[in-house]
Amino acid sequence: MGEKILLANIDIPGIRGFDVYRANGGYAAVEKALLEMTAAQVSAEINRSGLRGRGGAGFPTGLKWSFLDRKSDKPRYLVCNADESEPGTFKDRYLMHHLPHLLIEGLIISSFTLGVNTCYIYIRGEFKYLVGILENAIREARQHGFLGEHILGTDFSLNIYVHPGAGAYICGEETALLESLEGKRGNPRIKPPFPAFKGLYGCPTVVNNVETLATVGPIVNMGGDVYAKIGRGKSTGTKLISACGNINNPGVYEIEMGLPVEDFIYSPEYCGGIARDKYLKAVIPGGSSVPILPADLILNTAKGEKRLMTYESLAEGDFESGTMLGSGGFIVYDEDACIVRNTWNLTRFYHHESCGQCSPCREGTGWMEKVLYRIEHGQGRMSDIDLLVRVAKNIEGNTICPLGDAAAWPVASAIRHFRHEFEEHVLHPAAVLEKERSLIKFF
Amino acid sequence: MLKVTIDNISIEVEEGTTILNAARKIGGKVVPPAMCYYSKLKGSGGKCRTCLVKVAQSCTKDTRPMSKLVASCSTPVQDGMVVQNLTSPEVIEARKGIVEFLLLNHPLDCPVCDQAGECDLQDLSFGYGMEETATDDERREYPMTDIGENIKLHMNRCILCYRCVYAADQLTDKRLHGVLYRGDVSEISTFINQSVTNEFSGNIIDVCPVGALTDKTFRFKSRVWFLNPMNAHRECTRCSGKVAAWMFGNEIFRITGRKDQFGEVEEFICNECRFEKKDINDWVIDGPRHIKRQSVISANHYEETKKQSLIDPIEGKMHEQK
Amino acid sequence: MKHSNIINHPQFTREGRPVAFSPNILNKVQSLMNRYPEGGQKSALLPVLHIAQEELGGYLSVDVMDYVAALLGIQPIEVYEVATFYSMFYLDKMGKYVIEVCRTGPCAISGGEQILAHLQDVLEIQPGETTPDGVFTLKEVECLGSCGTGPVMQVNTEYYEKLTPGKVDRLLEELREYANKNKPGDSTWVKKFC
Repeated sequence: MGEKILLANIDIPGIRGFDVYRANGGYAAVEKALLEMTAAQVSAEINRSGLRGRGGAGFPTGLKWSFLDRKSDKPRYLVCNADESEPGTFKDRYLMHHLPHLLIEGLIISSFTLGVNTCYIYIRGEFKYLVGILENAIREARQHGFLGEHILGTDFSLNIYVHPGAGAYICGEETALLESLEGKRGNPRIKPPFPAFKGLYGCPTVVNNVETLATVGPIVNMGGDVYAKIGRGKSTGTKLISACGNINNPGVYEIEMGLPVEDFIYSPEYCGGIARDKYLKAVIPGGSSVPILPADLILNTAKGEKRLMTYESLAEGDFESGTMLGSGGFIVYDEDACIVRNTWNLTRFYHHESCGQCSPCREGTGWMEKVLYRIEHGQGRMSDIDLLVRVAKNIEGNTICPLGDAAAWPVASAIRHFRHEFEEHVLHPAAVLEKERSLIKFF
Repeated sequence: MLKVTIDNISIEVEEGTTILNAARKIGGKVVPPAMCYYSKLKGSGGKCRTCLVKVAQSCTKDTRPMSKLVASCSTPVQDGMVVQNLTSPEVIEARKGIVEFLLLNHPLDCPVCDQAGECDLQDLSFGYGMEETATDDERREYPMTDIGENIKLHMNRCILCYRCVYAADQLTDKRLHGVLYRGDVSEISTFINQSVTNEFSGNIIDVCPVGALTDKTFRFKSRVWFLNPMNAHRECTRCSGKVAAWMFGNEIFRITGRKDQFGEVEEFICNECRFEKKDINDWVIDGPRHIKRQSVISANHYEETKKQSLIDPIEGKMHEQK
Repeated sequence: MKHSNIINHPQFTREGRPVAFSPNILNKVQSLMNRYPEGGQKSALLPVLHIAQEELGGYLSVDVMDYVAALLGIQPIEVYEVATFYSMFYLDKMGKYVIEVCRTGPCAISGGEQILAHLQDVLEIQPGETTPDGVFTLKEVECLGSCGTGPVMQVNTEYYEKLTPGKVDRLLEELREYANKNKPGDSTWVKKFC
């Protein structure tokens, strides 16, 4: 079931190479956009498609593009955000690994639409092996006249460069990414000004996620209206979900928006149920930053409706009883998972990755980690739990960039939904530690 | 001109003015505290988050409030904007939280810190700090270093405002120190053992809001409140030569830039004026500098001021005396 | 991880040893710099530091960083600031194979912590240390973006996924054998394993 748009051709042998990709309808969208359409028409199609940013925030792509400062006489840039580092998320890596030309195609059409002649793919440094794959795809596209000067005989020229990062989660934030691309520390910029006006080298810049850009080609092919019919309500089209944790089939799945969460977890087509026939305990559905939900709330909303894989349905109930679709990093925890340990682990991640520029995040993430470490290792106090809630609240919303929120939400939500586990750790540390030791369930 | 209302006081400002600068134009207690913003350093601000304010109305066209608190130092005013600083309990709460974060690893060694008495963080904690600390964890500790012959770096006290980095970038031709590493272990450092020698490098002491960068020629010589700050000047080929000389009797204990009511120097001065001219004969003394009535430095400081009532310390601290 | 409140970043010194890229690599660096517009050559810093680390000794010594600064026409401190910010740049001498084990959430629940413990046992070193023979350095890292195939580790540039202690042992053996056969400094060896 479910329509495949991005991954439709993924099983064709050799699809990574230009020839096979081309023979299977590749680059038709580029031809259509450049030869038959105007930039405004492509823009209109993207607007009509209802495509929303796939990097996590879910901001409408057409709207983001419309903000680009077109009055400026400076050059414009398109930057592809391939700094996928959100724990639980590995969809962009999969996409670039198997279908590099789909991304290149999206970049060409997007650049044409935005009036961009230089495009950078900022890829996380650890994915070094992907740099070769992408550069090879770029070379092939250039050889076949889809990149370089006068693409397909038009006036449009474009160069795409791959730029590796060097290990910093914060560079997934668009302004930190631009700083990093300029060869500086990945400190997020103070906004305003927004990148649409002052981005890379002070020029108007659009930053989009890999999956978002890869979707542009298929939308041009099928038309925005057709794409908008797929999915549900304002969550149009399909979404790549990378599923991991205690499930039978971890991997990357393309789902039609609107698929019930329950189906996604238990259908053999997707996650295939919980590993070792355990019970589902909790899910983080959108990458480690979004709030964790216990089994009952992830399967059904507080109102008792079935929870669906859409931006809206997952957010139903706000942070009281809801979460977010985020980047689609779907992490499943079974009955044995220790929420306290997991929260400590994730907080350590944010502590390690905080750039240290603004005070709430710099000091707050480290503080939360210390307290969580204490609770997890049997030295916690009852007052620590409320302290965590207070610290998380003081970070949330008060930082320069969303990393502060991303660090605060997992802690706040874990305590909201699993307070008893934290209390258990404080009251009976020895028993909890013993239980965890006996649970090392490994091969 | 754009009209902005801050804590129920309206003012017209030019386009591009930030909320903080609009508030500074109004003056008095509506001015949010700023630990990292420095109007004379381009690019500074946005980092400490103490100047967060609530925007209750974005502009005339869009009467909705902004969803988050914004950093007043880096948010430009829009026409018809309504801002709440002290009138918003949310802002006060958030600011208390920020001060708690800033103090979390701050050593609180004020009794032995040369900055005590003129420290922005001290003032801030006085206004917003909590009486009790919520943690008994050990504080972060760095080894003490010298960056330059006359500048002491106490990294323990640093709140990473980046002001000294901007100052070095913009006042000297070759920046030798910077922010290294990341997160809560980042530090101000030269990385390799080297001395910051540029002739304007001493200004990083003046821009430091805390006691992280202090003047070695003044180290442990005296508490600032025992000294009388005097306006002084001399002929200098490098800078304007207009300084504040901190004196006890006829003895000059230290030289700094002249700081305005927001704690920013009026003009940057050179190292020769700052570190080497400590003899009274080097200077022409113009007269005593004005000191806020509430400052501890005003002890033993005689100056004709208007009569004023004893108001509560927080109010008083923020109230500007003219 | 135990928390220490003492932060004592190592002291580095400028040794003044001459370092330089080979003409081939210099060409590559030049072409990298050409990717960025006029005045934006500092953009090449990250890619060039990657190359420098690979070509000039496996880590970024002060001399190497000064050399890169001169190549790009920027102040050395700008390079130090960047090199200390990003976790993939090493400031100290590393082993021939840098084993980086992911310890973040999804890997942790699929056994990442056990893999790390196993490596510590087998190599008899703690994270951050190098084996006495200089072959292996063990490091803990945060999410490698391979959560569906955890536990995962990265050895130099290569990913090794769905690890078990058995697989780890076989890999270590192969790597050690290879290290013994080949001349030191040959750190770019890449071998498919999983």
